[in-house]
Amino acid sequence: MLRSTLILFSIFTVYAGNSQTLDLLDDDESSPTTEYTFATFKTNRVVNGHSIETVAKNEFDFKISHRFGFLSGGPYDLFGLDQATMRIGGDYGITDNLNVGLGRSNVDKTYDGFIKYKFLKQSTGEKNMPVTATWISHVGMATIKWTQPNRENYISSRMHYTHQLLVARKFTEGLSIQLSPTLVHKNLVDSLSRPNDILAIGAGLRQKLSHRTSINLEYYYVLPNQLETDKTKSLSIGFDIETGGHVFQLFFTNGQAAFEKGFITDTKAKWLDGDVRFGFNIARVFNF
Amino acid sequence: MKKITILTLATICFGMMAFTSHSGGIFKTNTGNINFFSHTPIEDITADNHKVKTAFDATSGKMQFSALIKDFEFPKALMQEHFNENYMESTTFPKSTFSGMIENVAAIKTGENGIYKSTVSGKLTIKDVTKDVSTEGTFTVKDGVVNAKTTFVINPTDYNIEIPKSVAGKISKEIKITVDADYRHAH
Repeated sequence: MLRSTLILFSIFTVYAGNSQTLDLLDDDESSPTTEYTFATFKTNRVVNGHSIETVAKNEFDFKISHRFGFLSGGPYDLFGLDQATMRIGGDYGITDNLNVGLGRSNVDKTYDGFIKYKFLKQSTGEKNMPVTATWISHVGMATIKWTQPNRENYISSRMHYTHQLLVARKFTEGLSIQLSPTLVHKNLVDSLSRPNDILAIGAGLRQKLSHRTSINLEYYYVLPNQLETDKTKSLSIGFDIETGGHVFQLFFTNGQAAFEKGFITDTKAKWLDGDVRFGFNIARVFNF
Repeated sequence: MKKITILTLATICFGMMAFTSHSGGIFKTNTGNINFFSHTPIEDITADNHKVKTAFDATSGKMQFSALIKDFEFPKALMQEHFNENYMESTTFPKSTFSGMIENVAAIKTGENGIYKSTVSGKLTIKDVTKDVSTEGTFTVKDGVVNAKTTFVINPTDYNIEIPKSVAGKISKEIKITVDADYRHAH
């Protein structure tokens, strides 16, 4: 009995002496922690539309967005570079999850503002959440002169609103996909037969090419019988380059406006006619 | 009679363990600190990890560290994201570890207040690269708590940390690592 105790004791000692490198630590992988997914997209825009990403607390993301004229303009217009529409604006982080933003676009001289809240975060571990979800509500105001100045015009007629639920999942290190059910409300429409509310669903995809570059696709499908017959859906393909403090997004799109109501419901240009624009967004983050 | 022998033996064993724990034994913490600092004329970059798991064996001199890359906190959120996503690839390589020896462990009297110095050397793993490192550590014993401090320098390119030319001027080739941990006796 005594002998066996001693043998057992020595076996235990030998075993302890030979065990692996981090034997002193309780480095238990199964300890209950929650791993939150980060960097689902490089920045808070997929191409034209918002991504689920928000800027961090007290950070200001200054954005300049340009869309040139049609490539089909050919060499005479230097493939569209002679014309440009643009939006200048920024996103600000009140908290890491709550953002507000303002912008001004030269399309219909539109001011836009939004409030954006990330309410679900994709995670694994103790807390398992398959997707990240963000709500965003935009308000826009076109300040261009009235097309019919002689009739009674109301300030409310200048307003339009867009509400979106953005749901995204980072499937792998490189691949992220987002779906964006969207409701656009226009206070003023061209005729009584046109709906004030337009339902659309956006789809976005990000595939990383390297640590600092990715290909992005974005399509906004508008449910049937809502758009005027001369309007079409917005399709964009982009290339993101991140250089530390800046993100450059270079893309081709048929959308013109850099705000939601504009590119979702007012896009006229068709890819198949070569009516595609080159554009870019430059994002620079400042810390306060 | 046999029972009594075993009981006595067991008592002696426990007594010895209690005794060894006083002068030797395992010292641990889950809240060690690691700071890194990169200085260039353009920008200083610093980050802290306050959740480092580390332990040493005051008898054998074995010393170990394990730090989760995601636990490094930066003053700027974007820097932290780029650190994880672009430089450390923390989804693929979630932790960095060290395993080595306190060479002159015999000189450190964990039961007696005082300041002791010893070289600590071993293997440092960052991403998928393991390299030998050696540094001078200061061990301060105060009322049963052993504080260990050291500073050493690493070159990020030694550990497969790719730095693109566009930001090469902002990230130093000599990154200063400062370790500071308060160990308590593990019961």
